[in-house]
Amino acid sequence: MSDVLQAGRSRAYPLPRREVAKALLAGRGEALVVAGLGATNWDISAVGDRADNFPLWGAMGGAAMLGLGLALAQPGRRVLVLTGDGDLLMGLGSLATIATQRPDNLALVAIDNESYAETGMQATATAGVVDLPGIARAAGFATVDSAVDEAGLARVLPLVHGGAGPVFIAIKVRLESLPLVMPPKDGAYLKDRFRLALLGPGAVAA
Amino acid sequence: MNGEAPNTADWQDALYDLLRQNGVTQFAYVPDAGHARLIDRSLADNGAHSVPLTTEEEGVALLAGADLGGARAVLLMQSSGVGNCVNLLSLMKGGRFPLLTIVSMRGDFGEGNPWQYPMGQAVEPVLAAMGVICLRIERPEEVLPTAGAALTMAFQSGQAVAVLLTQKLLGAKKF
Repeated sequence: MSDVLQAGRSRAYPLPRREVAKALLAGRGEALVVAGLGATNWDISAVGDRADNFPLWGAMGGAAMLGLGLALAQPGRRVLVLTGDGDLLMGLGSLATIATQRPDNLALVAIDNESYAETGMQATATAGVVDLPGIARAAGFATVDSAVDEAGLARVLPLVHGGAGPVFIAIKVRLESLPLVMPPKDGAYLKDRFRLALLGPGAVAA
Repeated sequence: MNGEAPNTADWQDALYDLLRQNGVTQFAYVPDAGHARLIDRSLADNGAHSVPLTTEEEGVALLAGADLGGARAVLLMQSSGVGNCVNLLSLMKGGRFPLLTIVSMRGDFGEGNPWQYPMGQAVEPVLAAMGVICLRIERPEEVLPTAGAALTMAFQSGQAVAVLLTQKLLGAKKF
């Protein structure tokens, strides 16, 4: 048995992820929302599927960079990316890429259950010594904070929505099995409805 | 062979201007000598975002995000970077996102570094397998017409297109 990863310790964490998603999205205002594949996709869909959400069904490692492209394209809109620790760990270099661009309208929120929950609850590196906010801070994110409980969540919510970007917030959430709440699967449909909502009727004719 | 084709900067400047005239505002790249001029131009351009990547697959996701936001982006990379992009190309196919990438080739005509051949020779079959159309350029006078065609294919027709700058165009490296 390995002692480098504390698999399962997150089962005791106080924050339930669906409540965290609800709290994060309650204050979204005009923000555009991207969710990484798997649980964060189901989380934002449980709060309510809508056209200005872009939930990923794949593209692991890509949620943060998709958020950067969107943030650069829409400098007047806040862009929130909610994604998991596994997705972020696959694309750690993108934290350097994003920090270099300094998008002041982009907020990345790591919903960190320290596990690959979709594939059997295997521990990720954040169940060991890896400190995602520390990596983001060292990369050069303008605002970095983390939350492990209700008080921490209350502290970081205003940073997610209004902190100087790029913002990186890590929220430790409880490892739990939840009902899957799925948005539409078709990527072209998700893209077209998002563009229609954001850009208007000309957006689909290319 | 000294490896460098003449007047490379001329068509690179014209290519940059063509991309900008067609509304491209995000230039994402892992550098290669064949893209040096485009990268320098994007860094000097206040109207464009010059986005150095740590790995090429970041650029694929960036392109999708740009399109969601109504912007046009291009991914500049060496042939070796194509291999790094493969799974993220699923995003472009599944979402029918436009993809425009300009790939400077290694491991083809006259290559002097054997380590470049496996990925260089795999570029076209790998891209084809992922639904990306490849347009090869071998002569300087083909650059602008081919790039213009690729812009139309990507941004008017929503296709995934790779423009391959071959070593016949760029000159082969001896190492």
